[in-house]
Amino acid sequence: MTNNLTPKERLAINRVLMPELDPETRSHSFAEVNRGLDYGQAVQEANRCLQCKQRPCVAGCPVSVSIPEFISALAAENLAGAAGILQHDNALPAVCGRVCPQEVQCEARCVRGVKGRPVGIGYLERFVADWAMANAAALQREPLPVTTGKKVVVIGCGPAGLTAAGELARKGHQVTIFEALHDTGGVLRYGIPEFRLPKNIIDVEVARLLELGVVIECNVIVGKTLTLKELSAQFAAVFIANGAGLPMMLDIPGENLKGVYSANEFLTRVNLMEAGRTPLSSTPIIKGHAVAVIGGGNTAMDCVRVARRLGAERAIILYRRSEAEMPARAEEIRHAKEEGIEFIMLTAPVEILSAGEGWVSSLRCQRMELGEPDESGRRKPMAVAGSEYDLPVDVVVNAVGTGANPLLTATAPELKLNRWGNIVSDENGLTSVAGIFAGGDIVRGGATVILAMGDGKKAAAAIHAYLSAGSS
Amino acid sequence: MFEVLSNEILAPNLHKMVLLAPRVARARRAGQFVIVRSDRGEERIPLTIGNADPVGGTISLYVLAIGASTRKIVSIPAGGFIRDVAGPLGKPTHLGDWERVVCVGGGVGTAVLFPLVKALATTRSRVTTIIGGRSSQFVILAEELAALSETLLITTEDGSRGRKGFVTTELAELIADPLRTPQAVFAIGPVPMMRAIAELTRPYGIETIVSLNPIMIDGTGMCGGCRVMVGGKAMFACVDGPEFNGHLVDFALLMDRLTTYREQEAALLHAATECTLTREIPDDK
Ligand SMILES: Cc1cc2nc3c(=O)[nH]c(=O)nc-3n(C[C@H](O)[C@H](O)[C@H](O)COP(=O)(O)OP(=O)(O)OC[C@H]3O[C@@H](n4cnc5c(N)ncnc54)[C@H](O)[C@@H]3O)c2cc1C
Ligand SMILES: Cc1cc2nc3c(=O)[nH]c(=O)nc-3n(C[C@H](O)[C@H](O)[C@H](O)COP(=O)(O)OP(=O)(O)OC[C@H]3O[C@@H](n4cnc5c(N)ncnc54)[C@H](O)[C@@H]3O)c2cc1C
Ligand code: SF4
Ligand code: SF4
Ligand code: FES
Repeated sequence: MTNNLTPKERLAINRVLMPELDPETRSHSFAEVNRGLDYGQAVQEANRCLQCKQRPCVAGCPVSVSIPEFISALAAENLAGAAGILQHDNALPAVCGRVCPQEVQCEARCVRGVKGRPVGIGYLERFVADWAMANAAALQREPLPVTTGKKVVVIGCGPAGLTAAGELARKGHQVTIFEALHDTGGVLRYGIPEFRLPKNIIDVEVARLLELGVVIECNVIVGKTLTLKELSAQFAAVFIANGAGLPMMLDIPGENLKGVYSANEFLTRVNLMEAGRTPLSSTPIIKGHAVAVIGGGNTAMDCVRVARRLGAERAIILYRRSEAEMPARAEEIRHAKEEGIEFIMLTAPVEILSAGEGWVSSLRCQRMELGEPDESGRRKPMAVAGSEYDLPVDVVVNAVGTGANPLLTATAPELKLNRWGNIVSDENGLTSVAGIFAGGDIVRGGATVILAMGDGKKAAAAIHAYLSAGSS
Repeated sequence: MFEVLSNEILAPNLHKMVLLAPRVARARRAGQFVIVRSDRGEERIPLTIGNADPVGGTISLYVLAIGASTRKIVSIPAGGFIRDVAGPLGKPTHLGDWERVVCVGGGVGTAVLFPLVKALATTRSRVTTIIGGRSSQFVILAEELAALSETLLITTEDGSRGRKGFVTTELAELIADPLRTPQAVFAIGPVPMMRAIAELTRPYGIETIVSLNPIMIDGTGMCGGCRVMVGGKAMFACVDGPEFNGHLVDFALLMDRLTTYREQEAALLHAATECTLTREIPDDK
């Protein structure tokens, strides 16, 4: 394939279609749905990029990935070069290529989207990152940095923590990550299912950090096993990235019936503990024939598609606004529909009912209509009087959102929090306490992987500056 | 990896295991628990920290092997390793300034009670401990508890040791005796026992603390699976408990939620028990 195409020739190329597992197969399988582009498809898609001088796409990316540059290298079939550019800007390109909401970020700004479809930036990012993982041996190994002797601790092993640890280790600092659960990755491991994000990607990234000398200790709950005070005494700087792990309850009658799960519990059982996925997994799960998932975000889509894969004949999304307001990635919504997920919009749950013995038998629903926009700018749903009806279901999953978990912050009164319990920090992640930085969902509330990573990167730079200032 | 330093059988299916877990041993206070996962692919199981030696870096667990997962844990011999031990979790026991306290333990609850009695022994409270079991072989830790309590009372259902009957009978007598009425009662054991004790003390307004054992996963307040209703409010037992005011707990709900996975548990136990030769190869399709 030649790289000397005229703009007109580039414009003539149609956006590539991501090869996908067919909906019937994937309704029973946790295998990744998007199979990834092949080499020819990737180079062709790269050739759709017009290499705009203004780089509007870059402005749409929260971490300003050098999009035209990596795409240009890919179009020139210089994969090692493309990988180098990507990895410099983004610690987890294989993750972001898969889970970023590209349609509202980088791809939303792509000029090719004005008339037609934007360049598949996410697809290409994933392609290059996957290539780099598969060809790690052929790539130049990162030189091990000269150690500074400074010790930094990272709390939480999600995308924010992983990114900060990598950045700091590359600067030569000695980094330890403490993780509460028994495995790494945070939401990437226990939340986002295998069919969207294969777990070996996290394993590879973690292995890379270990090679850089990062120490990862699981089963350490900061605030319980060790206190923030102890850590401040033992480490020159602290980065708190413990996520937003607190389920919000529905607060409706029947929430304690058997068969009602929070999204966190449902996904943790299946993703982290492999419940329902191997014949004799020792962690159980109630699979459900008819499963209602309440919510409209990525979490809700993940839950409902997991329920489908566990065998639910009816897997239903119940959302109180309309599809246009759903915060989930467009691709997840499309995939869910193809998998036979039912979407019941403008409907809210009012009560979970039981036909006996404490098990869920149905969900009482109420129709909603959209009124004036609320604080979030979205039109506020309002109940339609007399519109209640019962939906027969045997499992209900609550995916309406998560908040800041107070386990750590409750033991560190010196940290300033906002009224929702999130840690207050400046644009570099510095908290109200010198030497203690924070980022990711614990600061932002439930946000995105790329924002969490961006926070990790910024905080790492600020921590590096802080440590360097301290030593001069 | 956490090394098992010793593993002894105290009573049928009841093991005392001492583990090397220095950080947990240092941070732990009475009433707290750990979450244990014996190996890859295994369940996360909450177990109370029975005792801790912060200097030696060890904790002891008293494990009643009732299902597939607890059986796997107790099958790890001294010198072996437990893959994951996370904690200490939960709120430590709140010790009040009581004149007289009664501690009641049933079954494995007796082991959970042990650190509590030990902590109470350091206060001014005069402690009467009542422990019960089906028969003499299920009565555990009697000597240890006798040494820490002012009085130790034992009941067995068949009368093979101590008094014949239930722990509640002894407690009722103490309450009826104005010279021995306690200001507080701790009750740890099977849910029906805790409920019976809460009902017994309620008319007298005696502060009654129970330790709840719902199904847990993370133990850090992340999943909400351990929720219990206390005084009409949803509480997460792993972070808000596990000890609660027994007069406010919805025991019926707790008991019902504990049956959520009964079918799956039975299947797993069956698979773990059966001879592997006769076990059907699972259908992989
Ligand atoms: C189901 C689901 C699907 C999602 N899908 C998408 C998507 O498609 N695209 C997207 O961009 N975003 C998605 N998100 C959001 C995204 O995953 C989060 O914004 C992101 O993971 C936040 O990263 P983090 O590093 O701040 O926290 P987390 O990923 O939550 O990691 C925090 C880590 O800290 C650990 N921890 C917590 N407390 C302690 C403690 N006291 N001591 C030690 N460790 C502790 C936790 O166990 C966890 O491992 C999704 C979220 C969920 C739940
Ligand atoms: C905070 C806390 C502290 C605990 N401390 C101890 C301890 O020190 N020693 C100890 O032996 N056990 C303790 N337990 C109980 C222990 O966690 C359970 O016995 C264990 O989870 C059962 O797992 P299993 O797979 O072996 O049995 P399963 O196969 O899961 O269950 C077997 C049988 O036990 C019942 N059951 C299931 N879960 C529980 C439970 N949480 N409590 C009571 N019955 C249950 C089931 O309904 C079933 O009938 C504690 C529980 C909690 C929540
Ligand atoms: S990191 Fe996300 S937003 Fe940025 S270029 Fe990659 S896919 Fe787009
Ligand atoms: S806006 Fe689109 S076409 Fe222009 S450089 Fe970015 S990706 Fe390429
Ligand atoms: S065990 Fe998950 S919140 Fe308590």
